[in-house]
Amino acid sequence: MHISEGVLSPPVLLAGAAITAVGTAIGLKKLDYDRIMTVSLLTATFFVASLIHVPIGPGNVHLLLGGLMGIVLGWSCFPAILVALLLQSLFFNFGGILVLGVNTTIMALPALICFYIFRPWVEKNGHKRKIAAFGAGFCSILLSACIAALALWSTDQGFARAAQLILAAHIPLMIIEGIITMFTVSFLAKVQPEFLIMGK
Amino acid sequence: MMDERFATGNSLLHKRDPKVKVIVAAAYITVAAISNSFAVVSLALALAFLLLLLSRLDLRQVGKRLLAANTFTLFLWLTLPLTYGGEELTRLGAFSLSVEGIRLAALISLKTNCIVLSLITLLGTSRIASLGHALEGLHVSRRLCFMLLFSYRYIFVIYQEYQKLKRAAGMRCFVPATNIHTYRTYGYLFGMTLVRSWNRATRVHQAMLLRGFNGRLIPLEQRTVASNDIVFLVIGLAITATVASIPFFYR
Repeated sequence: MHISEGVLSPPVLLAGAAITAVGTAIGLKKLDYDRIMTVSLLTATFFVASLIHVPIGPGNVHLLLGGLMGIVLGWSCFPAILVALLLQSLFFNFGGILVLGVNTTIMALPALICFYIFRPWVEKNGHKRKIAAFGAGFCSILLSACIAALALWSTDQGFARAAQLILAAHIPLMIIEGIITMFTVSFLAKVQPEFLIMGK
Repeated sequence: MMDERFATGNSLLHKRDPKVKVIVAAAYITVAAISNSFAVVSLALALAFLLLLLSRLDLRQVGKRLLAANTFTLFLWLTLPLTYGGEELTRLGAFSLSVEGIRLAALISLKTNCIVLSLITLLGTSRIASLGHALEGLHVSRRLCFMLLFSYRYIFVIYQEYQKLKRAAGMRCFVPATNIHTYRTYGYLFGMTLVRSWNRATRVHQAMLLRGFNGRLIPLEQRTVASNDIVFLVIGLAITATVASIPFFYR
């Protein structure tokens, strides 16, 4: 899902940076020093999630869990994802520095949308929670792929086919993320329900 | 994998103050990333190689990183020439190779390599902890820097925690495959990792409050910007400005 540095045009980079700046500012404003420790450790945990490879057919994919981040962290998902992506670009040179705004938007905006759509359902018991968690996992990847495709397409219409390929390639990931988010959320609801009331 | 292998060394670049390197890297990468001229990007790539020589890093390790970074460029080389449209270079059976597609793919490849090289040589030569403090020194939001420093500190701990759980699953004959059992196991595994890091965060927070934590992290080594660093900053920015101004001379 990372877009490399040097691909996008300046207006797209600026738009991404602006969205990220606003989201991060609101996220940080809502974050006091009593919760910042928890959010930092969860950021580290979600970074670790990107190192987990799950098998799919002959290959494997790594987890993103944007939907879960949205559900758990709420607005704090913006600074959390920004930090996680910055660490990724420093550790592995994935993505870059200028493109950080766009990459953060690609992951954090869908996470936030999932928070508003699915969060009320996640607090309910039973099947509604499972469906909502699956939906969050599924939709976060779907929306992320759409935003990535949009960023490429608005840079240059010539990217249209490449953008379509990216969308198609993410369909299996959407289903897997949905399933894993569903299991993780029902696990958290049983073991540590505080997770599901934290982002408020 | 997460060993910051480029951060140890004794070269000119390793000794510079991280604040100065952050500024130069930001300016340089901006110029390289938004330029559309082959002259600018090739010169920037050449200068990035010069930085690599200055940094005296292990060339094989850097090569591996570059190779990994080029997977996305490879994807572009496979798609853009075939799908871009526009002027046609040659036909290969049913496919036509477009000139503009190849041009764009080449430009992006040059940019990507240039940027990854400058990331490694300018930012990779400092530890992430010092970069975090440098960002704080450059007046980036203190809470954001705190999050950066703290999640960096705990990534390794949590990764070990995850591996411990995974080993435990392996000992109970868990073999990953494409089935619902695998996904359930991974879901629970990650859920448990989250629970543990949550509880760890509570304990760390309590321990820090007991030691008088007031929202400020104090770096172990206090650095001051030396005159060498100022010289590096001025030269770095001057070179960046020169590279950026090339298109205005050769129209």
